[in-house]
Amino acid sequence: MLEFEDIQHILLTRAPALTGRYEFLSFKDPTGARAWLAEILPKVQSAKAMRESVNAEKRWITIAFTWNGLRALGVDEVTLATFPQEFRDGMVARAKMLGDTGANAPQHWVDKTGSPDLHAIAILFARDATERGRCAVDHANLIAECKGVEVLSSLDLEATPPYEYAHDHFGYRDRLSQPSIEGSGDEPTPGSGAPLKAGEFILGYPDESGVVPLLPKPDVLSRNGSFMAYRRLEQHVGKFRNFLREHGKTPEGQELLAAKLMGRWRSGAPLVLAPDKDDPALGADPRRNNDFNYKDQDPQGYAVPLGSHIRRMNPRDTAASMNRHRMMRRGATYGTHLPEGAADDDTERGIAAFVICASLIRQFEFAQNVWVNDKNFHKLGNERDPIIGAQDGTLEYKIPKRPIRRTIVGLPTFTSVRGGAYFFVPGLKALCWLAALGKTS
Amino acid sequence: MSNASDENDWTKPAAMAIPKGGFFPDKVEEGRYGPMFPKTPACYGFSVLAKVKPGREQVVRDYGKSIEEAVKADPSVLAPLQLHYLRWVLFDVGSGMHFMYQGIFDTDFDKYLEDALEIFLKTGINTVFTNLEGFPEDWKTNLPAVIKFFREHQCPSFLEYGEYPYVSADEVKKALRVKAALSQMLDQMQ
Repeated sequence: MLEFEDIQHILLTRAPALTGRYEFLSFKDPTGARAWLAEILPKVQSAKAMRESVNAEKRWITIAFTWNGLRALGVDEVTLATFPQEFRDGMVARAKMLGDTGANAPQHWVDKTGSPDLHAIAILFARDATERGRCAVDHANLIAECKGVEVLSSLDLEATPPYEYAHDHFGYRDRLSQPSIEGSGDEPTPGSGAPLKAGEFILGYPDESGVVPLLPKPDVLSRNGSFMAYRRLEQHVGKFRNFLREHGKTPEGQELLAAKLMGRWRSGAPLVLAPDKDDPALGADPRRNNDFNYKDQDPQGYAVPLGSHIRRMNPRDTAASMNRHRMMRRGATYGTHLPEGAADDDTERGIAAFVICASLIRQFEFAQNVWVNDKNFHKLGNERDPIIGAQDGTLEYKIPKRPIRRTIVGLPTFTSVRGGAYFFVPGLKALCWLAALGKTS
Repeated sequence: MSNASDENDWTKPAAMAIPKGGFFPDKVEEGRYGPMFPKTPACYGFSVLAKVKPGREQVVRDYGKSIEEAVKADPSVLAPLQLHYLRWVLFDVGSGMHFMYQGIFDTDFDKYLEDALEIFLKTGINTVFTNLEGFPEDWKTNLPAVIKFFREHQCPSFLEYGEYPYVSADEVKKALRVKAALSQMLDQMQ
């Protein structure tokens, strides 16, 4: 039985928010840090509280810590050593393996998330900008009262128009394929697979291997927690649109090319089910828009190219142990909308997302290292993920087509990494335990 | 037919001497669990060597039969590993009984470590390792420790050779299928 009252809401629910704000914090004083935590703790909703109050509520808060942040709160070295190596290392130390090199390397990140002084994140999702503004002021006031708590950077989130459905700045409909968790009460949409064991996403429960894996100690700290990889990905919208214009002769050809890069039409309609023509009604229908696989329906990639984004991020029935590499995605877009036809401006816009999983190395890092950036994924030879892969202008993209496939040489960079970090998202009891550290010892 | 533009030309047998430690210092690729062993003319592979716990030799030997049975029952059980060959050897050169597990395959093993261990779990191969010294007692719940054991007991080659270098098992099977189809076609024309 999942302990909904102890699990932070972000692990199990998605807030109906149009805006939000991330604040990246640093602690210079453990007493001040714990005072901040004790004050904000009552505002952090559990999954249970969120579900009960979602219609009345206007804002939702999540708190998470880096490994350095746990130390800065006063967690002892013995406890710190029980956390997995990749979390202790942090995203910066893993950058090369993750493909965060060149312009994507941590030294170019813009939000100080690459700094060892990054200790915590306060995530706010809000119904509207007014509520976000109110919460931001409240939080600034709280921080001013807590000794040694500093804001390293912050990021305001904005949905992009049209607001009727979630989509990114390139125009792709988002949030179409999420795993569901056994016992969460959520029914998986057709094609999403059976619900997964809770231990794949929440610590303290059996995972898909059938056992409860070794956890950080003490149990009160790890139980009902999870790990979270943060990625701030800038989307080069003008460059993306230029690419479509350059390689697609007609507006229809451009739409098809956009679909071939993603594996879905921008409406969300999957190419497996709508290979030749967009079908917006299909894209908007959760009972149908994820109901497909590859082994039988598209083994050669004539509909969805083997190297397309959705085929890499979720190879479905063409990967071994698929259920051991699933991830929960949360987050939102940031930056202003770039109107169609406008040239790239100096404004940064993109996606600021969280990947939630029980094992960063087995889930997030595997996806990033093997699915996104392995040039030889599906024996493709010289490709990386066309949307989020580490592109350097030397790689290609192959679109299977009868009689002869199309190969685009020198794929440009459509997204750049602008920030990132690994966080631990404790359960609510664990947050209380952390807030009380000075008192108990 | 040879493809002259392909640096991995399968018509030209190739040998590769590998530096001590198993990596080429200027080309080493960082993996999730540390540096990754390179692809050679003999594709990817490993040679895991470990000492057998006293009195467990026959237990280990019996696993040979159980793997044979597992593959007989489901010939595709090891398919995700994209193996060419497996060789299991028991030997004692005076320092006690040792087990060598040598595999040659097309997947980059370092990238798919967890998947390989999942398959081992499915076939029962993993429990053979519990008869080896140093294998973590908590292997069921501590995947990183199992992976550490594998990496620490991997003895990298210092020479690998391929008579038809870099060719995958899939390509070999494809060629044999084409040959069989061609023979059948010629038979039909008699």
